[in-house]
Amino acid sequence: MIELISDTGERREMTINMGPQHPSTHGVLRLELVLDGEIIKKVKPHIGYLHRCFEKYAEEVGDYAKVIPYTDRMDYVSAMNQEHGYVLALERMLELELPERVEHIRVIVAEMQRIASHLLGIGAFGLDLGAFSPFLYLFTEREKILDIFEKISGARLLYNYMAVGGLMRDVHPEFKTDVAEFVKTFRPKIKELDDLLSYNRIFIKRTANVGVLPVEVALNYAASGPVLRGSGMKWDLRRNDPYSIYDRFEFDIPVGEGEMGTLGDCWDRYIVRVREMEQSLRIIEQALDSMPDEGDVMQAIPKRIRMKEGEVYVRTESPRGELGYFIASNNSASPHRVKARAPSFVHLCLLPAISKGSLIADMVAIVGSIDIVLGEVDR
Amino acid sequence: MKSTEEILEYLFETFPGTEFESLQGDVGPARIKVPAAMIKDVAKVLRDDDQLLFNTLMCLSGLHYPKEEEMGVAYHLHSTQLGHSLALNVRVSEQKPEVPSVESIWKTADWHEREAYDMFGIVFTGHPDLRRILCPYDWEGHPLRKDYVQQEFYRGVTTKE
Amino acid sequence: MTTLLNIPLVIHLALPLTIILVYALVAIWGERKVAGFIQDRLGPMRVGGWHGWAQSIADLLKLIQKEDIIPANSSRFLFKFAPFMMFAASYAAFAVIPFSSGYIGSNINIGVFYLLAVTSVLTLSIIMAAWASNNKWSLLGGMRSAAQMVSYEIPTIATVLTVIVVSGSLNLMTVTEMQSGNDILGFLPNWFIFQNPFLIVAFVIFFISILAESHRVPFDLPESESELVAGYQTEYSGMRWAMFMLAEYADMLLLSLLGAVLFFGGWNSPFGDFMSGPLWGFFWFMLKGLLLVFVMMWIRWTLPRYRVDQLMHICWSILIPLSFINLILVALWELIF
Repeated sequence: MIELISDTGERREMTINMGPQHPSTHGVLRLELVLDGEIIKKVKPHIGYLHRCFEKYAEEVGDYAKVIPYTDRMDYVSAMNQEHGYVLALERMLELELPERVEHIRVIVAEMQRIASHLLGIGAFGLDLGAFSPFLYLFTEREKILDIFEKISGARLLYNYMAVGGLMRDVHPEFKTDVAEFVKTFRPKIKELDDLLSYNRIFIKRTANVGVLPVEVALNYAASGPVLRGSGMKWDLRRNDPYSIYDRFEFDIPVGEGEMGTLGDCWDRYIVRVREMEQSLRIIEQALDSMPDEGDVMQAIPKRIRMKEGEVYVRTESPRGELGYFIASNNSASPHRVKARAPSFVHLCLLPAISKGSLIADMVAIVGSIDIVLGEVDR
Repeated sequence: MKSTEEILEYLFETFPGTEFESLQGDVGPARIKVPAAMIKDVAKVLRDDDQLLFNTLMCLSGLHYPKEEEMGVAYHLHSTQLGHSLALNVRVSEQKPEVPSVESIWKTADWHEREAYDMFGIVFTGHPDLRRILCPYDWEGHPLRKDYVQQEFYRGVTTKE
Repeated sequence: MTTLLNIPLVIHLALPLTIILVYALVAIWGERKVAGFIQDRLGPMRVGGWHGWAQSIADLLKLIQKEDIIPANSSRFLFKFAPFMMFAASYAAFAVIPFSSGYIGSNINIGVFYLLAVTSVLTLSIIMAAWASNNKWSLLGGMRSAAQMVSYEIPTIATVLTVIVVSGSLNLMTVTEMQSGNDILGFLPNWFIFQNPFLIVAFVIFFISILAESHRVPFDLPESESELVAGYQTEYSGMRWAMFMLAEYADMLLLSLLGAVLFFGGWNSPFGDFMSGPLWGFFWFMLKGLLLVFVMMWIRWTLPRYRVDQLMHICWSILIPLSFINLILVALWELIF
């Protein structure tokens, strides 16, 4: 039997494993919680249940290009962004010039993937807090994006669509109208989401003032993406360290303002994601306007990649934050070392810092609000 | 905003007599090689000095150089206030791979260092909780070393097909 | 006024049980359908042909066949006994519910009192299940449930008391009979909710409290699946789990029917003598109860869940003071008018 009171009559702390099989740890994460009643005294995350040796594989496969499908499988809900980061790193090493059409298609699919990923993140966050219906509404929208991706790449989740110097195949002829149609139908849905979830009183009660992350702590833990922006810092790699052709587009960087409680709480992190989807729509619209209709998307793809010696660290803004690829090459056909600096990995590291003293129910909200994907944490 | 060369010069002034070195590969930006024993002191200056203000550690990766029989650690820093980036490299011998931990300077190094320890066996001295992170606690060997041989059995279960 | 039908004891026992079982099958299917329509999908569509009507029966058959797993270190007797005790408690409470003008299980004078007393056993059986499972998640769920049900019993009782102040009787049959006729403003039925403006407030408090009493969203903390896995049910499987499910749905119906009796005239027809009589009475009564159950489902698929401290805050610093103030106001109203 579980004994809460020790023989001498003192309160006893209870250690409990949240996960690896738990409905709201978003995969196989194990959190070792030390509880006093329902109050959390200590959190110790244990990871590695999904470790697939991505980095070892990248070194041993013998070809830089063959690593691309494996980047998909890191953050499997935003595969396009993972690929984008990796091919950009290699292109920077090879100093390749890309055709305009390739750059535009990449930006469009990356932004669509960002929306799809946020839809999943927001939906699962609501689900963690007991709101079941928004999840399914959001999935309906995500489905539309996946349908477009299926048309262009043949896959719905793990695309293997981007290649070093280009794309694996050109988009289908109706791509532009499909995307424009999606943008048109999706915009009003964000308003619906606000009504259903964002400004729901219970939802605000559950998320405001919970898991507050001050901006100094966030920077010290190298938080990035919506987590850092939720703490009020205007920081977006698409603007602060521009890559691809993001410097050509106009978009705002939504930041948390402590509207419902303290700056940097779960609600701020949540609302940043919602607002970001609107900005992604803006980028997609601009990219659709300036995208050239003609062009060979495969012309710049090198036949064989042989890298000289050197090290690069290239970072991109994935939906979850700063996705960095550290690649060290040594004059051969396969990389000497590939390290993926996954945003979820870094954000999970700061979990103990922001969840001390909260309740179990808050723990669920905090894990949901930093939006981790275990595939990326464990690689 | 400072370039890597300027930062190198600045470091020479701040730490007279220390052997900093500029590394330049065929591709990618220049890196500064820092003696392993100095890394924590250098990191503290890099973070706190008004001219540098590297407030985030973007990435920390372990490396293995089997030819030179050396282990390496690569640090990638960025300053959100001044907008400059820097790459640092540290090399230690394979026999005694000990590097001072920078966990107390950038908290994010906590898990990165644990990962480097898990994958390469690099020991970060002064790290408060240096355990394996991705592999099981009783796993043998460090998988990302180039001379790694996979253990045949793990708790009685074969690891090969 | 009413003449109770003269029926043998066996039917007395079997009738509420049949009603509960049929209701549970319909309600579980209905809940999934409601959820489906609210979420812009269809819900079960395959089993049995028409809109998957046989889905609950198929589920029941599956549950019967499942292995009855009892954790190694559990307290075996308590573990096995708890689900049955829980169902027995909700079933026993149906004895005093006046299903129609011709039928009530036991026409006793302390009906309301008996009902509230017997449903308190639910708390006990949940704690029993939680403790006996020897699982930390179950234990947390049991603790939450105990705290929640004990707290919310107070506003429930206080609001029931306001109705008793108006009716002056604890017998649910008498309470129902007092609401016959259509005299308010010439056309509205004489239901208590229309008789006294403060009783509308009482009904709102009552409804919130029964949501919490029957563990429905936004107060489903004892079994909140995203926090406590499944709360006190975590270790249960097969038929024992089905008993919990049944008891919970029965509890929902019981409290909704109680609400229908206290505020919406029980088996009285909304149209006076039109469509009234023992069978029509049963129809109206179940309709009122099921409408309240539907509102509970509607709320469940719309709202997120409260946190445990917020739940307690709502109860102790909002509902309880409000319900007692309301009780005094209702009493004053009755004294003056």
